[in-house]
Amino acid sequence: MELQITWFVLWAVLWAVYFMLDGFVLGTGFLSGILAKSDTEKRLLINAVGPVWDGNEVWLITAGGATFAAFPTTYALMFSYMYTALLLLLFSLIVRGVSFEFRGKVEGPAWKQGWDRAIMISSFLPALLFGVAFGNIFEGLPMDAAGYHGSFLTLLNPYGILTGLLFVCLFAVHGALYGAVKTVGDLSARAFRLAKLLWMPLLLVAVIFLGTTAYATRLYGNYLAAPVLFLLPVVAVAALVGQQYYMIRQQPLKAFAASCVTIVAVIATGVAGLFPNLIPSTLDPAYSLTIFNSSSSQYTLAIMTGVAVLFVPIVIAYKIWVYRIFRAPVTERDLLENHEAY
Amino acid sequence: MDVLTLSRLQFAVTTMFHFIFVPLTLGLSIFTAWLETKYVRTGDETYLRMTKFWGKLFLINFALGVVTGITQEFQFGMNWAEYSRYVGDIFGAPLAIEATLAFFMESVFIGLWIFGWGKISKQLHAVTIWIAAIATNLSALLILLANGWMQRPVGFVLRNGRAEMTDFIAVATNPYGLIKFMHTLTSGYALAGFFVMGISAWHLLRKNETEFFVGSFKTAAIFALWSSLLVGMSGDFHAVEIAKVQPTKFAAMESVWDTGRRVPMHLLLVPDEANERNGVEALSIPAMVSMLAFHDPDAEIRGLKSFPKELRPPVLPTFLSFRLMVGFGTLMIGLALAGVVLSRWRYFTTFRPFLLIMVAAIPLPYLTIQLGWLLAELGRQPWIVYGVLKTSEGVSKSVDMLQVGGSLFGFTLLYGLLGAIDIYLLLKYAKKGPDKGRTGMIQTREVA
Repeated sequence: MELQITWFVLWAVLWAVYFMLDGFVLGTGFLSGILAKSDTEKRLLINAVGPVWDGNEVWLITAGGATFAAFPTTYALMFSYMYTALLLLLFSLIVRGVSFEFRGKVEGPAWKQGWDRAIMISSFLPALLFGVAFGNIFEGLPMDAAGYHGSFLTLLNPYGILTGLLFVCLFAVHGALYGAVKTVGDLSARAFRLAKLLWMPLLLVAVIFLGTTAYATRLYGNYLAAPVLFLLPVVAVAALVGQQYYMIRQQPLKAFAASCVTIVAVIATGVAGLFPNLIPSTLDPAYSLTIFNSSSSQYTLAIMTGVAVLFVPIVIAYKIWVYRIFRAPVTERDLLENHEAY
Repeated sequence: MDVLTLSRLQFAVTTMFHFIFVPLTLGLSIFTAWLETKYVRTGDETYLRMTKFWGKLFLINFALGVVTGITQEFQFGMNWAEYSRYVGDIFGAPLAIEATLAFFMESVFIGLWIFGWGKISKQLHAVTIWIAAIATNLSALLILLANGWMQRPVGFVLRNGRAEMTDFIAVATNPYGLIKFMHTLTSGYALAGFFVMGISAWHLLRKNETEFFVGSFKTAAIFALWSSLLVGMSGDFHAVEIAKVQPTKFAAMESVWDTGRRVPMHLLLVPDEANERNGVEALSIPAMVSMLAFHDPDAEIRGLKSFPKELRPPVLPTFLSFRLMVGFGTLMIGLALAGVVLSRWRYFTTFRPFLLIMVAAIPLPYLTIQLGWLLAELGRQPWIVYGVLKTSEGVSKSVDMLQVGGSLFGFTLLYGLLGAIDIYLLLKYAKKGPDKGRTGMIQTREVA
């Protein structure tokens, strides 16, 4: 197998895992204002993501770094063409990170309210913006030899916004289910009810998305050429239905697992349709950024493959170990006992 | 103003801001890990209180270092797209390796450290902060290998209209990057030492928790003395490397205009860039510049005039940042030495003038480190990759004035605000001092 293809798969895996992991942190974050009824409940939600949010965000840094190392031309053009969107994303991620850390550092309602709002906005915006960005990647960008013929507003086209909405809905259900799993009592019950409530709009948006994709993008071209790929959207829909199945049976952990599968399968569905493009050109396919015309040299790809094969399994191993240590739901007792808690 | 100038300004703002927080993270992580190890080994609760107190300050500082780090990775593509495209084959690799190797380890184990009190054994808990600290230091190695490559490009060929890597080992063992790593790491340790000494001195002036802060001060003073000596030593080797591979930077930092042997060092010197000479030269040490450059008094130094004007870095800022850095660095060695000696003296806690000086000295290493980076990056100009690619050729083509102007404004505003809040919180928790009494009681006291 050519190394470019290996890296295309790795690239997709890094983004999918990032969305699966940060998706629940973002979802919990922007739902925290709706879910939590008291300061303690807000703290429970924040501390539920506390030990893992930073490690989850590193998947984004790694996805960005992998794009840079493996497909430098795509990295350069994608990041400079989507300048304003990425800037808003950066600002949001910066604010979100410090909000977790700073919120509990001063007693006082105004301070905490300020950071609560910051957490909600800075968690909502990345969900929306990542969706808009990936919607535009699926559609392609207006680019040719002269560069990019568009602006930030070009990104906010109907399909881009639809994908943005899809991501928001996916992460909302994902975050609510995480909240249900990781807290106890009334808060957990409310989070679970909210997940059930949000599932209907998610289903609606997902169906519209899968339908519109046939018209707005050329993603299904690969599917017609290799029908076995249809398994990916089938898995996505099955996992989506699975969420509801487990929610009806009152099994939040299994519903959350189904939500993880849904997110990964949605990304896989889109990315499989892109191949071998990373960003198609809407003006002229000759200017599409593909894994072949934008990649690093075989030498660099070989080195990076070695690094990935050696270290990614180690990362996954210690991440699983840490998730196991923190597998129990966060309770009020934890907040009292751990003086370092957020 | 044009896109290039604004982009450079933005890189300076975001990078210098990021590097306010990184050195303390590098040093204080090791310092905290060492304190917790002492606690686990001796069972002495004082060390636990020290771990928690300095650890809390470490975390407040760490948060901003982490979040501003994301900007660092993104802005190469956003603002320096042509650079990224040209060198991504080489430069992307250490960045991706840094994320895979260091950032995961750092973030996961910091999370475990913060939330792991009482959930994992004492020994394992101490191990987690060591792993996080080592990961932090490892990330510095990788990013400095990346920067080292921009300073001294090795292991590549120009092919397919870009720089392609041909020798990964050469990139990973680039002496320029390795020396820079030693220099940066030890300066971070020195900074942490001064940070701890300064805050301890502040409490000692108020006779607050004397035993706790004398203990912290003593440990930090030794830490700071060793580190600042190593900063000086690695700096000396670094200068030799610069003289060898970046002659324009070296000539600018010493403000040498004419090529010659036995070049003297003028302790008092005012560069006159317009007339390509030095306005004032006094208090000279014979052959000292030659000595510093090649450890050989007879060595020849290439003067600035032997390079075309458009290939010279801005002389005055390069010269000044170097001079001030060395001056402040020397002062740091002196202060750290005084700290080690005086903290063993029986009247140390009542010797107010020295304690006041140490409080006032907290900004000193910060300033010194920023000057060091100014020297490193300004001295490399007009190159973004020395001798290979000009800074002006690296800037994004698709980004316009409004975008960079807007983002520069946004970054300045957001970073200014967050910096102010962070300093406020650091001061608040530094002044509050360690929690009283036994840890068991502290933990139930903080019922929210």
